[in-house]
Amino acid sequence: MYDVVIIGAGVIGCAAAYSLSHYDLKVVVLEKGGDVALGASGANSGIVHAGYDPPPGTLMAGLNVRGNALFPQLCKSLGVPFQACGSLVVAEAAQEGALQNLLSRGNANGVSGLAILGKKELKEREPNLNPRFDRALFAPSAGVTSPWDLTLALAETASVNGVEFRFNAEVTGFRTKADSLKAIEIGTERIEALVVINAAGIYADQLANLAGAERYDIQPRKGEYIVLDKELAGFVHHVIFPLPKKQSKGILLLPTVEGNLLVGPTAVDTATRDDVSTTGEGMAEICREGKMLAPTLPLDKAITSYAGLRAVPKDGDFVLRASAKVRGWIDAGGIHSPGLTAAPAIGEKLARLVGAFIPMVPKARFNPRPPLERFAEKNWGEKQRLIQDNPRYGRIICRCEEVSEGEIIEACQRPVPPTTLDSLKRRLRVASGRCQGGFCLPRLLDLFAKELGVLPETVTKSGPGSEVVVQPLVKGGS
Amino acid sequence: MKGRLVVVGGGPAGMGAALEAHRLGVEDIVIVERDIHLGGILQQCIHSGFGLELFGEELTGVEYGQRFIDDLSETGIKIFNDTMVVGLEPGKVRAVSSNGAVEIRADAVILAMGCRERTRGALKIPGTRPAGIITAGSAQRLLNIQGLLPGKRAVILGSGDVGLIMARRLSLEGAMVAAVVEIMPWSNGLPRNLVQCLDDFAIPLLLSHTIVGIEGRQRIEGVHIAPVDKAFQPRADNQRFIPCDLLLLSVGLLPETELCRQLGLDLDPLTGGPCVDQHMQTSLPGVFACGNVVHVHDLVDWVTLEGRRAAAGAATWLTKSLQGRHLNVEPGENIHSVVPQRILSPSIEDITLSFRVKRPFEKPSFALRGPKGVLLEKQRREALPAIMVELKVPAKILPHEGELVIECRGEER
Repeated sequence: MYDVVIIGAGVIGCAAAYSLSHYDLKVVVLEKGGDVALGASGANSGIVHAGYDPPPGTLMAGLNVRGNALFPQLCKSLGVPFQACGSLVVAEAAQEGALQNLLSRGNANGVSGLAILGKKELKEREPNLNPRFDRALFAPSAGVTSPWDLTLALAETASVNGVEFRFNAEVTGFRTKADSLKAIEIGTERIEALVVINAAGIYADQLANLAGAERYDIQPRKGEYIVLDKELAGFVHHVIFPLPKKQSKGILLLPTVEGNLLVGPTAVDTATRDDVSTTGEGMAEICREGKMLAPTLPLDKAITSYAGLRAVPKDGDFVLRASAKVRGWIDAGGIHSPGLTAAPAIGEKLARLVGAFIPMVPKARFNPRPPLERFAEKNWGEKQRLIQDNPRYGRIICRCEEVSEGEIIEACQRPVPPTTLDSLKRRLRVASGRCQGGFCLPRLLDLFAKELGVLPETVTKSGPGSEVVVQPLVKGGS
Repeated sequence: MKGRLVVVGGGPAGMGAALEAHRLGVEDIVIVERDIHLGGILQQCIHSGFGLELFGEELTGVEYGQRFIDDLSETGIKIFNDTMVVGLEPGKVRAVSSNGAVEIRADAVILAMGCRERTRGALKIPGTRPAGIITAGSAQRLLNIQGLLPGKRAVILGSGDVGLIMARRLSLEGAMVAAVVEIMPWSNGLPRNLVQCLDDFAIPLLLSHTIVGIEGRQRIEGVHIAPVDKAFQPRADNQRFIPCDLLLLSVGLLPETELCRQLGLDLDPLTGGPCVDQHMQTSLPGVFACGNVVHVHDLVDWVTLEGRRAAAGAATWLTKSLQGRHLNVEPGENIHSVVPQRILSPSIEDITLSFRVKRPFEKPSFALRGPKGVLLEKQRREALPAIMVELKVPAKILPHEGELVIECRGEER
């Protein structure tokens, strides 16, 4: 019998887990995939928005601004990278009215520091932008983070403070009795809980309907991205937005917190909920719009591309509420942009909603997750000491991102450990550099197999069916 | 000879350079190699065709490399294996290994880091991102060193030599290669590889085609291919789907220039590598480069010779420095790129220009043009982009200043 079951280990589910782990509660996170952040949480822009976009009075607006305020300190305490690089919505002089509208909206939402810049200052700040832009809305409180690192940090911290994480656990049904939630079904297994938080992302509406809660509908909307080489660091210094459209905030240009240049996302409604392929049209649109923002954008320096699905609520605002129809059911659905920014605030709010059902006794001790040592971020003296203490930190496995064997071993021993090569990649940035694993993949395969205690031919990229190799040449091992 | 020479990379270029430097009298030589053993890419090249020019023998890559490893063991050259160079600045090499993070003093440096493979991401090939998509070189390592078969039914994108060799390799292991897909109207691989790897195994070569989509959820299930037009854009008609469980990418080799950029060396956008003169000296005095990091070679024998050239340059530099005015060398009509990109003038010795043509030519005529007209003209039977052309230029015909242009005329194939 659990106090709370959280469905979905994306950034929202993990933020809820993190908030709830401060209290004496029996909590489990049920994730249908093999890792955290497999949905939109692992495929977005990583932007911490200032908060001038959402319409005033909406949940989106309030939680965006609150989340933005919480972000720097939260990232610092969790050991997650965050850069307050600021953002610019760029426009031509004739469109200054649209920028003014955003500024007013931002002020109404409580965003501080907004200002409209003129040609000279825009050019000084961003010399590579299209010279036709001579106005920009500057938001100093915007920034960038790593959505994978954040989701994992929230999960690891929740885990060391008692939250259980179950992967490959797909919720298939619910049992209610007298309008009260009784049990959650995972296939033939049944789990009892007082409260369920539905943070199931692209499937949240389907689960809400299955549980008999108030109906809502999600429209999946695909966003494709192109990642450019780190040698382009400094090409832009802020998150660059065009004027927003109805469908989305538009195709952006931004410096990621890892040091790459990111271009995207597109915004195309899709009929299915599991298609995250990139498309020829998407790639072409990104190139076109990217060059519109910055004519010299070196798109030949692409290193990879990816796509994700936004869970867009058809009615417009986040669905964050305790159900009046099914007692114990809490929805956290339709979380799309500014969902990542709002996540810390959503976590807080969900904890409050849970508090209406269950007494929340704060824990006497709250533990941090084990510290992360990234070899690439250490200075020379620190590197020397790190290797002296553990020689395995001196063997560089991923040359492009300077990731050492020591970190790979350590990652396998952490709470919420990696079980696939993709999960290793998200945690350590191995195979995420310009050679995309050309050098390190074969070595990683052997190393990872050894750490997991399995044969290399059983190591998968992302779960069963995605084995990296099909068989050894000689039966019995390589 | 006083002064320490540090060679970054222990593959054929680095080993060739180190041995030659030793032969020329450099006493303090260090090789820093990131892999556990020396040999570089040769370690995974179990096919033959190496050493025809240098030794008059047909060796496997492994055997070729072993000759140099054996020779090195008879010298006092210090070898740091399993050591990654993470930083370079004038006079200093920073490297890490399980023994520690060390700064190695360097009076002269020879860069021999080789190259990496172009990726699917760099080409922005649309589709899903499943397992079963790897570069040909990675697959070669998995297969030949780790004994792991990456797939049973493959499509290979790119008809360069690495892809062709792997087509044969996979076939020998019982896998089926459904097609080699090449965007150009000709193959970039050596003619003998086309015969021995594709024809001999009845593997279809689809010229003027490219991959426009990848399908497969967890593992790749197939690729959509399309013919391309004269501008290399995919056409909408005649597209088809080829089922496969492995997509090998052999779409280009790129000089590994991370450290070159750290040093701020001039890079040639046409080769992708650092600009060098006839001594293989880069734009930073005392820093030399050789092998695939300068430009991608087709024969390892020439890589070794280039390593020796760099060693000679470094040895000269350690004794008396290399200074003078530079003549720029530019690729002209029908020439893709040329090395060296500059010539230190005056040159006492004859110079070898290495270049590639942009298209296949019958009976090409190569002309070296100076500020006052044609300096040299040479005819050849044929020229292919796949085969690097070497042209010997006598020192005495070189002008004292100005620009040199190498061009090619002939019947296009």
